[in-house]
Amino acid sequence: MNAQRVGMRALRQVVARQPNAFFAHNLPRLALANYQTRGAATTKLNQDDAQALLAAQRKQRPVAPHLTAYDYSQTWFGSSIWTRITGSVLTGGLYTFSLAYLAAPLMGWHLESASLAAAVAGLPMAVKGGAKFLVAWPFLYHAFNGTRHLVWDFAIGFQKGDVTKGAWVIWGGSLLSALGIAFLL
Amino acid sequence: MAALRSTPSRLLAAASRSTRAGPSMFVRSMATLGDSTVEANPKGSTDSRMKSFQVYRWNPDRPTDKPSMQTYTLDLNKTGPMVLDALVRIKNELDPTLAFRRSCREGICGSCAMNINGTNTLACLCRIPTDTKQEMKIYPLPHTYVVKDLVPDLTYFYKQYKSIKPYLQRDTPAPDGKEYRQSKAERRKLDGLYECILCACCSTSCPSYWWNAEEYLGPAILLQSYRWIADSRDERREERRAALDNSMSLYRCHTILNCTRTCPKGLNPGLAIAEIKKQMAF
Repeated sequence: MNAQRVGMRALRQVVARQPNAFFAHNLPRLALANYQTRGAATTKLNQDDAQALLAAQRKQRPVAPHLTAYDYSQTWFGSSIWTRITGSVLTGGLYTFSLAYLAAPLMGWHLESASLAAAVAGLPMAVKGGAKFLVAWPFLYHAFNGTRHLVWDFAIGFQKGDVTKGAWVIWGGSLLSALGIAFLL
Repeated sequence: MAALRSTPSRLLAAASRSTRAGPSMFVRSMATLGDSTVEANPKGSTDSRMKSFQVYRWNPDRPTDKPSMQTYTLDLNKTGPMVLDALVRIKNELDPTLAFRRSCREGICGSCAMNINGTNTLACLCRIPTDTKQEMKIYPLPHTYVVKDLVPDLTYFYKQYKSIKPYLQRDTPAPDGKEYRQSKAERRKLDGLYECILCACCSTSCPSYWWNAEEYLGPAILLQSYRWIADSRDERREERRAALDNSMSLYRCHTILNCTRTCPKGLNPGLAIAEIKKQMAF
């Protein structure tokens, strides 16, 4: 401890004896270096004025870009929003069809399975498959991601790799199996 | 990385250089490398590698001007490897009006959190992609109020942090009167939680937090919340859980998991939230 103190004192004395050693040595270098002088104009503000200035500035602050700036694969193609979209589509479809089915006898519509099957029987394969795909894909996407949510509820499957891969597996899996159901079954 | 290896020859060279040229460190500005940068170029070529950086600008002194993107071009051979090096160099040499936060430059302070090429990360931990054809895009943290350029207003984020009482709460004194002891297993539960530096990368990556920041706590604060719920020494676990038991504070998390994907410290806020939900459910 004492030895260290002595060392420090000696150092301080050396520094004190040649106060300008660093600057004298470096003056030419300092003159040549690309220094920027930044003028700092300051004004004194009291507490209330400062608060008022802050409040005024806060009103004008813009919101930083979010949906336009963030990685599209995590926002626009994120599984969360598409689970919600497919869920809404399926729910909307179910309600529409159910209400129409309820009103059918009064309105004279024929929405029974047999008459619907007869109505589309004559259409080309592509149209039939396409229509089935439009129902099958939202259902499968919603079901796949719903299952993933059930697994997540047990705090399983949160590793970064699983999350990233899972998102693409659900896109690929739901599209492929929807195509299979639409055109092969 | 090669420059970090302390081979004897390198040490010798450094020693001789410092005696010859004096404290040259003082003359250099912060991230701008001097003549020695050609050595730092990994490919060893002296050709310039110009890369463009598009940076979000907004000036509170001219509030009616819309925020815009300004492009700066830097030679990567003369720039350090990280995005923060590029920003510091832009500020030093191209445009001193650019504003951003930075402090430790090694990913421990969380100041330089920003949105780089689409995801939130710390500029000091994010390497500049060496592909010079691709422009880099640098925005402030998404859906935050911008103070200036890349500086977000995190006042409310810190208030939310305060609201979860981020400190040890207990009534019973320690059995030995000295310290609150933990078993190794109990201590291990805090790994992956205590490392959080509150940079707000995860919270501002979360669309749910974008739309509901007033009431939803967001991944960073919930991870901190779980850090205290999981602490064996804390005695207010029930109260902490009860404070989260409403439709907004915790359950606005829809397991989008942008938080886990973006965390620059490699932590897992999504998992922490799932653990809280699990505790509340079972």
